[in-house]
Amino acid sequence: MITPLSHEQMLDLRQCLESGLPIVARPYDDLAERIGAHHDQVLQQMQQWHDQGLFRRVGLVLNHRALGYVANAMLVLDVPDALVDEVGQRLGRAPGVNLCYQRPRRLPQWRYNLFCMVHGRERSAVEAQIQALLDQHMLSDLPYQLLFSTRAFKQCGGRFAPPPSQVWAHG
Amino acid sequence: MDDLDRRLINRLQLGLPLVREPWQQIAQELHSRPCEVLDRLHDLLEDGVLTRFGPMFDIERLGGAFTLAALAVPEARFDAVAEQLNALPQVAHNYRRDHRWNMWFVLACATEAELAATLSRIEALTGLAVLNLPKEQTYHVGLYFPV
Repeated sequence: MITPLSHEQMLDLRQCLESGLPIVARPYDDLAERIGAHHDQVLQQMQQWHDQGLFRRVGLVLNHRALGYVANAMLVLDVPDALVDEVGQRLGRAPGVNLCYQRPRRLPQWRYNLFCMVHGRERSAVEAQIQALLDQHMLSDLPYQLLFSTRAFKQCGGRFAPPPSQVWAHG
Repeated sequence: MDDLDRRLINRLQLGLPLVREPWQQIAQELHSRPCEVLDRLHDLLEDGVLTRFGPMFDIERLGGAFTLAALAVPEARFDAVAEQLNALPQVAHNYRRDHRWNMWFVLACATEAELAATLSRIEALTGLAVLNLPKEQTYHVGLYFPV
């Protein structure tokens, strides 16, 4: 039986993790030392947060532009309300669709209620991929638009965590 | 970037095992050594190929309020408005997109009240109407960029 971290230690651990996991052979020993705990306690807490769904994985955030993913398209569709869940689930499962959300319409300025993000290395390839996706799901008749990003001004993921940005902060 | 860097990036996008010496297992899978893998990761972060490594907390489950919003900014004012927005700590991402709604940004706030205040602040600062599009349903979140 491993003693759980105190509330203070838990907050300290979250604070330490804001900048990421220490890049050392035994990262949880390092964290444990910083918050005055044992590495088993830290690992237990991490496992618990993971099991509770507070984080999906200890993973990384790519500078996807630096890696050549410069064609970033937001596909927006106007899907009849009765179909949006079904279409959203189907598109969300499609390969190449990184994010898929329902968002409100704002008539008359904005009619689109389903948003998908598709990233690729070339704009023409992303356009072809999306066209194929819409054809395959028989959605080509729905009103839709493709909004390619042409510049990223800020990509810091907010104060609480990383992005999206991706994540994790995708609003 | 060489082959080991690429394999390391692809592998780490799937997550690091939650064990005391996680790099042993990663190194084994990649036919490398833990110290080599750690050096590579360090360099990739230093070079800016990676922007972060660690647990990705689901900020919405931790509380907080988020939205995706857009502005239709007159071309002549675009850079100035981008600067105004980027100076706000609540603006997490900001992209230019080729559309009449040409500025798309994510707001990350501690509370719904802060979010509403930030939206009003942006309208006051820029004199432009904000298109506020908070998510209503999540169908898929799974960024993966094979390199």
